[in-house]
Amino acid sequence: MPEVNAYKPKIVAFCCNWCSYAGADLAGTNRLNYPADVKIIRVPCSCRVNPMFILRAFQRGADGVILCGCHPGDCHYTTGNYYARRRMTLLFSMLDYLGIEKERTRVEWVSAAEGAKFAATMNEFVSTVAALGENKRLEDLRCKE
Amino acid sequence: MLEVANIREQCSWIHKDKATATEKAIILGRAAIAKVQLNAPLTAGESPVVKRALVIGGGIAGIQTALDIAEAGFDVDIVEKQPTIGGKMAQIDKTFPTLDCAACILTPKMVECSQNEKVHIYAYSEVEEVKGFVGNFTVKIKKKARYVDENKCTGCGDCTTKCPMKNVPNEFNLGLDTRRAVYIPFAQAVPKVATIDPNYCNMLKNGKCGLCAKVCGAGAIDYKQKDQYIEEQYGAIVVATGYNPIKLDKFEEFGYSLSKDVVTSLELERLMNAAGPTGGTLLRPSDGKHPHTIVFVQCVGSRDTSGCGKPYCSKICCMYTAKHAMLIREKYPDTEVYVFYIDVRTPGKNFDEFYRRAVEQYGVHYIKGMVGKVAPRANGKIMVQASDLLMDEQLHIEADLVVLAAAIEPDKSARPLATMLTASMDTNDFFTEAHPKLRPVESPTAGIFLSGVCQGPKDIPETVSQASAAAAKVIGLLVKDKLTTNPCVAHCNELMCNGCSSCERVCPYGAITYSDKEFRMPDRTTQLRRVASVNPAVCQGCGACTVACPSGAMDLNGFSNSQIMAEVDAICQK
Repeated sequence: MPEVNAYKPKIVAFCCNWCSYAGADLAGTNRLNYPADVKIIRVPCSCRVNPMFILRAFQRGADGVILCGCHPGDCHYTTGNYYARRRMTLLFSMLDYLGIEKERTRVEWVSAAEGAKFAATMNEFVSTVAALGENKRLEDLRCKE
Repeated sequence: MLEVANIREQCSWIHKDKATATEKAIILGRAAIAKVQLNAPLTAGESPVVKRALVIGGGIAGIQTALDIAEAGFDVDIVEKQPTIGGKMAQIDKTFPTLDCAACILTPKMVECSQNEKVHIYAYSEVEEVKGFVGNFTVKIKKKARYVDENKCTGCGDCTTKCPMKNVPNEFNLGLDTRRAVYIPFAQAVPKVATIDPNYCNMLKNGKCGLCAKVCGAGAIDYKQKDQYIEEQYGAIVVATGYNPIKLDKFEEFGYSLSKDVVTSLELERLMNAAGPTGGTLLRPSDGKHPHTIVFVQCVGSRDTSGCGKPYCSKICCMYTAKHAMLIREKYPDTEVYVFYIDVRTPGKNFDEFYRRAVEQYGVHYIKGMVGKVAPRANGKIMVQASDLLMDEQLHIEADLVVLAAAIEPDKSARPLATMLTASMDTNDFFTEAHPKLRPVESPTAGIFLSGVCQGPKDIPETVSQASAAAAKVIGLLVKDKLTTNPCVAHCNELMCNGCSSCERVCPYGAITYSDKEFRMPDRTTQLRRVASVNPAVCQGCGACTVACPSGAMDLNGFSNSQIMAEVDAICQK
């Protein structure tokens, strides 16, 4: 039985249209469970994810952000995931410096055939973030009603 | 306006607890509503299609693609850097697994190219510059000076027998014999026109000689000819740049540079060809004697992770080595033939049967093991040291001829060409296909198609099927009068653009160009500023530029910054 009033992390997952979003769909078709705390935003490519979106998510009270794209070399747009990987490496180390632990941010490669990997990744990520507790570091108090 | 909240696959099918699932569904719906409020109407653009195709490379891949496109009624140009089309297949003696003569099946196709009025051949030419996008490429072709007027030359060959510069290495026979400074590569060359080699011609170098001009009955020799530049418009471009065997100077253990009797398989093709330097009799290049013991070494530089060679399998070597061994045993039954292999790989129709014939019917000695050292001896023989892995013993074979199955690599011209075409390549310089299984003959760059070994190692049957497949894709593009473009493309807010080129650098498609535009300033003056513009026909909508843009001028239709922000807000809302 789930605990009453248990802490539920807020997780934003950016998924590229061609691999990871389809991987998430496959997890659904295969009825593979992962926590409902994960909310997916579809983007054309992992390289579409602006660091601003991730900052915004943390400001608005997200507890973890995960970016999923095609495996290196498999990007629909050839090089998009390489850009994403570089940008996120930089962003995540800066966020770490600002006090957003590295465990709250992640880049993961999930192909359209990896429904099981998608579900496993989300299960693992949610439990990691849940263990860290609420993100207060970047939260913009003005956004709270 | 349409947005989809994915509450089936990404909510109801995965969450068992109804209360939390409902809560999530509400949030997903909220995010979709937030996004749809910011949707703008999307209209697909149109761009015209030039009904002409360009094929780069005139080997069997390029020839087959060009002929198939021409058959559908479209004009097609072939650009070939050598003086004649034909490529590697023209140098090959026999083809596996049928053992029919390569020239007999290739040259009719070459002639068909020259006689088909839809096909135009730019031989001895190279692509200099490519501009434009799918349906509308502008290509600058450099037609190198032959110093012979193509329209006047009859191909009689008088000049090629009179030229006094006799000792020019003949590249068609891989340097195994010589040609003159004015030459026709081989008897069935297309176009059959002489070419003067400016590196050896005395007249062009020192202004002394002029013999070929005197003997030419047609008056075709023109020492003052210059390189010409031609600009043409194309709707589609097919890359068919082919391959070369790798250089073997890094493989000292095989003694390629130490003895003339250590040859590559392609050189052996010429040595066995009736039109080759020995007239088809298999003779040692060093002393012209019959070899009695021949050793073949497979995987020279293929499947080599040491860094000297190539990590991939060159795919064709197992089959052509079986072919060579079989042909030699057929013609010279007194010859002993040894083949050293790591694995014998013969997937393909009638391929394994062919290999078995070499072993069982023709008595070729196949030995599993790698050759350690090839060393020429004072008595003219070549000592081959090898290990037999199955018998677990060291072997020493005194050979008369050693044949190395050198790995194949993409032609050196492919890399600069890929940059010109903004087509992607892998680490081995093979062109990348749009999808390895489902779109194997298209490049990820729209309007660029791949044919032959430039995409990956393959034999002649595979090359020809891929060439026809590429032609079918080109025809599918050229029959359209207009192309509908994906409306979810990037656009630039020119008022915010500061002309920094960040977006141009990350664009994998070359869709972003810069131009100077006049802007009216608040004080009623005008200012000239460099701003980006996106070509919607080329942009594929990945959005890399939107993130690279430091001023926020770039945005993506359908996935705008404000829309994704709104989704983030909706999801994180308390």
